[in-house]
Amino acid sequence: MAKVAILFDAFKCTGCRGCQVACKQWWGLPAEVTHNTGSYQNPPRVSANTWLLMEFREVDDGDGGGRWAFRRYACMHCLHPACVSACPVGALHKTEEGPVLYHADRCIGCRYCMIACPFDVPTFQWNKGLFEGAVIQKCRFCSDRISAGLEPACVHTCPTGALEFGERDELIAVAEARIAEARTRGHPERYVNHVYGKEEAGGTSLLYIGPHRFEELGMPQLGPEPIQEKTEGIMTKATPTVLVGMLVGLSGIYWVVKRRQEMMGKKRG
Amino acid sequence: MIRGIALRRLSIPPAVIVLLGLMAIGCVVAVIRYVNGIGAISNLDDSTGWGLWISFDLLCGVALAAGAFVTASFVYLFGQEKYRPVLRPAILTGFLGYLMVIVALMVDLGRPERIWYLIIFWNYHSVMFEVGWCVMLYTFVLALEFSPLVFERFGLEAPRRLIHALIIPLAIAGATLSTLHQSSLGSLYTILPDQLNKIWYTPLLPLMFWLTAVAVGPAMVIVESSISSRVFRRGLELDLLSGLARVIPFVLAAYAVVKIGDLAGSGELDLLTKWNLAAGLWWLEMIGFVLLPIVLFSLPAVRRSSTWLLFSALLVVSEVVLSRFAVSLINLSRPDFSVRYLPHPMEFAITISVISAGVLAFGLVARYLPLFVEHAPEPAGK
Repeated sequence: MAKVAILFDAFKCTGCRGCQVACKQWWGLPAEVTHNTGSYQNPPRVSANTWLLMEFREVDDGDGGGRWAFRRYACMHCLHPACVSACPVGALHKTEEGPVLYHADRCIGCRYCMIACPFDVPTFQWNKGLFEGAVIQKCRFCSDRISAGLEPACVHTCPTGALEFGERDELIAVAEARIAEARTRGHPERYVNHVYGKEEAGGTSLLYIGPHRFEELGMPQLGPEPIQEKTEGIMTKATPTVLVGMLVGLSGIYWVVKRRQEMMGKKRG
Repeated sequence: MIRGIALRRLSIPPAVIVLLGLMAIGCVVAVIRYVNGIGAISNLDDSTGWGLWISFDLLCGVALAAGAFVTASFVYLFGQEKYRPVLRPAILTGFLGYLMVIVALMVDLGRPERIWYLIIFWNYHSVMFEVGWCVMLYTFVLALEFSPLVFERFGLEAPRRLIHALIIPLAIAGATLSTLHQSSLGSLYTILPDQLNKIWYTPLLPLMFWLTAVAVGPAMVIVESSISSRVFRRGLELDLLSGLARVIPFVLAAYAVVKIGDLAGSGELDLLTKWNLAAGLWWLEMIGFVLLPIVLFSLPAVRRSSTWLLFSALLVVSEVVLSRFAVSLINLSRPDFSVRYLPHPMEFAITISVISAGVLAFGLVARYLPLFVEHAPEPAGK
């Protein structure tokens, strides 16, 4: 099966938050206790009960005024996920089709996935004790719907077509064509000339296009190499080398020191 | 008779009562955590997944336990037999340090009842996999290195001989596992190239964590010997401690070279000229806790004074605490959630309680087991 992906077109998004609600409905997630923080943004970030969140940001429109910018904030389902690499017990795994899924019954709750994720996506159930069994929560790409031939709930509900579901390669082509088309029609302000997620951190299954620079949307600026390049290099090369080197080196030092002391003892004797 | 009983009761030192009280508070807080979750006793949240317990109890705890492997390597592998009198307390400090780390982890881990899953589910690409295995294996090695005290106390000659026969492989395994463990704690943070401040992020973090652990090993032996000589009113092996102190400047100098060389190599030295928290901490660490102890430990006058030795050793301990917090908490931020995390009082209660248990356990071992011996008895015919 080809790799699946979701394309988010921020130019088409009206910020209705239908996707956020559809996600909660499909997965039966409870409402959050919210607090007024002085902006439309509520709740402030994804959490164990909110796997998909529309972020409302006011950005400079270049004319002294502000403009809404919307960001779909949820798991990016990276092609080379840092969380999967970071998980010591393999509770997180990357499926062939694209979704990054989680075995709750393997998780030990070390929360290294939360630290490792460059998008700050995995969240933890902070208010569950030993008997309820806290687990990590994040977007599951509606893997149950996808395997039944349906679109993810968020895509299905989007009224403006700002969310599209399909094969990753095709969606990249769609996104690039849309950027090019806007430019040829004289509307370069509609799209920044960049498909976010095509190459970031080795590529993600969530692709973003839109009128604002992605930093303004709060998306991290990432290079094309996977986040875990250094740690996996350490684990596959440095650690075995140090392990063998230390065992051999220390045994050698012990042997040399002991032999020298014996020689000295003989001399003295 | 009544008077006699009253006097006996008074013989529990007030310090022990204070320690037991602190432990009791920690136990109550732990119960709240097990019933209502980590959120009920901490200020940790989805933006700050790791806090005080990881930075202090785990990272500092493991580093400050380094006296055990450094001293054991000196005595068993490098032929420095003269350090044997400080070996047992050093092993005990390391062993208790690791046990304290595990106790703290049983609070911090989301699913403490599944900690053993590390044994059956493997993902060897994860640095946390290495960390977990090193904790398990090295704690086991430390327990074996410590066990002769128990065997001697109860006159169990056969197992004592067995450990004695295995002591060289144990020392080699201990130093190897320690090296892997200390460095892997640094490796954990190499997965954060974009989130850790540029001054503090480097792929050389594992090397830096290991070097500072090697430096703080002898420093911890000095601290622990100085304190226990006062508490248990015994002599101080000043000549031994000053011998250990000689090593520290070399290790700290190597650390400074790596640290400056790394920034120079990546062309980031100019970041140090800006006045911000990350740069300020860097200068504080380098001048106050690296250069100053290098100078102090190099002075014979300092090495001859028990007070100055203790002061200089505490500087090295501070260096480790500062650098661990700097990497794991202070300079770790995401531009968007510039959350200000301050540990909850109940987080401190757990940490203080774990330290109290460690101090009390050290006191009990010193009281009831042969901890302070001039020379460990060797079996005849060696």
